[in-house]
Amino acid sequence: MNRFAYASPATVTEAAAATGLVAEAMVTFDESAVLKAGGIDLLDLLKLELLTPSVVVNLRAIKGLDAITQDAAGNVAIGAMATLSQVAEHPLVRGSYPALATAIAGAAGPQLRNVATLGGNLLQRPHCWYLRSPAHHCLRKGGGHCFAIHGENQYHAIFDNHACAIVHPSTAATALVALNAEVELHDAEGATRRLPLEDFFVGPDDDIQRENALRPREVLTAIHLRKPASGTRMAHLRQGEKAGFDWPLADVAVVLAIGPDGVCREASVVLGAAAPVPHRARAAEQALQGRHPGEAAAGDAARAALRGATPLSLNAYKLALFETLVRRAILAALA
Amino acid sequence: MPNEPEPIRHFRLNGRNCAVPAADHTLLVETLRETLGHVGTKQGCDGGECGACTVLIDGVARLACLTRTGECEGHEIETIEGLAAGGRMSRLQRAFHERLGTQCGYCTPGMIMAAESLLRRDPHPTETAIREALSGNLCRCTGYVKIVEAVLEAAGAG
Ligand SMILES: Cc1cc2nc3c(=O)[nH]c(=O)nc-3n(C[C@H](O)[C@H](O)[C@H](O)COP(=O)(O)OP(=O)(O)OC[C@H]3O[C@@H](n4cnc5c(N)ncnc54)[C@H](O)[C@@H]3O)c2cc1C
Ligand code: SF4
Ligand code: FES
Ligand code: FES
Repeated sequence: MNRFAYASPATVTEAAAATGLVAEAMVTFDESAVLKAGGIDLLDLLKLELLTPSVVVNLRAIKGLDAITQDAAGNVAIGAMATLSQVAEHPLVRGSYPALATAIAGAAGPQLRNVATLGGNLLQRPHCWYLRSPAHHCLRKGGGHCFAIHGENQYHAIFDNHACAIVHPSTAATALVALNAEVELHDAEGATRRLPLEDFFVGPDDDIQRENALRPREVLTAIHLRKPASGTRMAHLRQGEKAGFDWPLADVAVVLAIGPDGVCREASVVLGAAAPVPHRARAAEQALQGRHPGEAAAGDAARAALRGATPLSLNAYKLALFETLVRRAILAALA
Repeated sequence: MPNEPEPIRHFRLNGRNCAVPAADHTLLVETLRETLGHVGTKQGCDGGECGACTVLIDGVARLACLTRTGECEGHEIETIEGLAAGGRMSRLQRAFHERLGTQCGYCTPGMIMAAESLLRRDPHPTETAIREALSGNLCRCTGYVKIVEAVLEAAGAG
C-alpha cells in the first residue's frame, strides 16, 4: 500500500472541498484523494494499488450521515453512512422494505456488515478478477482488451456484456432499484441533486471506465425510499455457491403492487449479478402487470426475464438459476 | 514522507492502556501482530474473506485486516489474548477445546471472537443464530459442526 495522509472533516461540504483541493493538486502533482466510508472496498483497492491517493478523507467524522428517518408522509431516508448491519436490522426497513433487509442481510459476512456502509456498498468497484488484478490492463482501466469475454467469465454478466462483462457488485442495489429508490448527492458548493438510483448507475456503453454518475467533489448523502402503496408485496432471493456468506451468483428482487381485486397494478423485477448495472427485466414486469399473479404468471415472467440474454462461454448456468429465482421470488412475494 | 515519525495511537487493548506508533496506512492486524507481538489474531486472506483476523472493537466483531490502526484511537480493542483471565481459559475457549471445535487452530481465534460477540449480545442463541454469526469465518479442518456444538455448549445448551 502507498503511504497516504488521513483527513477527518466535519461537514459534508468540507469533505467534498478537501477532495476537491486535492483534485486540483492532482492536475499538478499527479496525486489524488479519495473518500472513505467503511473502507472495506477502499482498503482492498489500496492494497492492490489500484488506487494510490495522497489523501484519504474520512466520511465517518461527519455526524448525522448515518441516520435512518421517516417523514410525515411515511417516506424513509437512509443516510449513506448507515452500516449494512444498521440498515438490515432497522425496524423501518424490516417493516416497510423487507426485500431490502433480506438483500443486505445476505450480503458479505457479519463482521463486514458491521463496518460497510450502504453508500459505500452502492459505490464499490466491480469485482471482476481481471479488474482487480494489477497484471491485467483491461478496457475498464483504460487498456485495449477485455480479458473476461474469452477468459474466465463464470461470474460475469449475461446481459449487456459485449464491451465489458462486469456484474454490478452491490446486492443492496438489486433491491433498491426494484423499490425505485432515489439517491441524494451534495457537492462542494453546497448544491444538491436527487435522481433515481437506476439512472445514477452507468453502463459500459455510456462510459466503460465508471459505474456511476458521481461527480468529482460530490458526496452521496442519502438513499430515499417512497412509502410503499398499500397492497405492496416484495421479496429478494439469492443463490451463492455455498450456504455460508459469499457473493451471489444470481440474485433477484421483486416488488408487486396488488390491487384490492387481486390484479397486479405494478411490478418491478430486478436481476443482480446479471449485468453491469442492476438489470430491470421489463418483459417480466409486463408479464405480471394486469394479471392475477400466481404460478402461471410467475412462470411466464421468469421465462420472459431471460429473453435476450447473451451468456458467455462459462456462465450459461446462470440462465436456469435466474429463471428459477425469478419464479420463486414472485411466489415468495405473494406468499 | 518516508522519514516522518509515525504518530502514537492510544487505545485500550484487552483492558489495558496501549500507546503504539502506527502510520495512517497501517492496519490493526499489522500493529497487533508485528508491533505488539499479539500473534493470536491471524492474518489469513488479508481481504475480508476468511474472518481469521476477527477482533472486537467496542464489543462489535470487526476485521483487523480491514481496519486502520489510526481509527482505533480512543476505542476498546479485544483480541483472543484477552479472554483467558489469569491464565484460565474462558468458558468459550474451554468448550472449543473439549468439543474439538479446533484442529489446526488457525481459524480458532477469529471463530472464538466472532462467537464471543454473539454470546454477549445473545447469551442463549439458537443454532441458526450461531451459524449466522460465524458465517464470515472459514475453517479448513472441522467441517463446522463441532464449532457450532462448542458455542452451544458454552451457551449452556450443549
Ligand atoms: C469477502 C467479501 C464479500 C463481499 N460480499 C458482498 C456481497 O455479497 N454483496 C455486496 O453487495 N457486497 C459484498 N461485499 C462488498 C462490501 O459490501 C463493500 O465493499 C462495502 O459495502 C463497501 O462499503 P464501505 O462503506 O466499506 O465503502 P468504502 O470502501 O469506504 O467506499 C467504497 C467507494 O465508495 C466511495 N464512497 C463511499 N461512500 C461514499 C459517499 N457517501 N459519497 C461518495 N463516495 C463514497 C469511496 O470513495 C470508495 O471509492 C463483499 C466484500 C468482501 C470483502
Ligand atoms: S469484464 Fe470489464 S472489468 Fe473485467 S476484464 Fe473485461 S473490461 Fe475489464
Ligand atoms: S485476514 Fe481478515 S478476513 Fe481474512
Ligand atoms: S481448525 Fe484448522 S482452519 Fe479451522
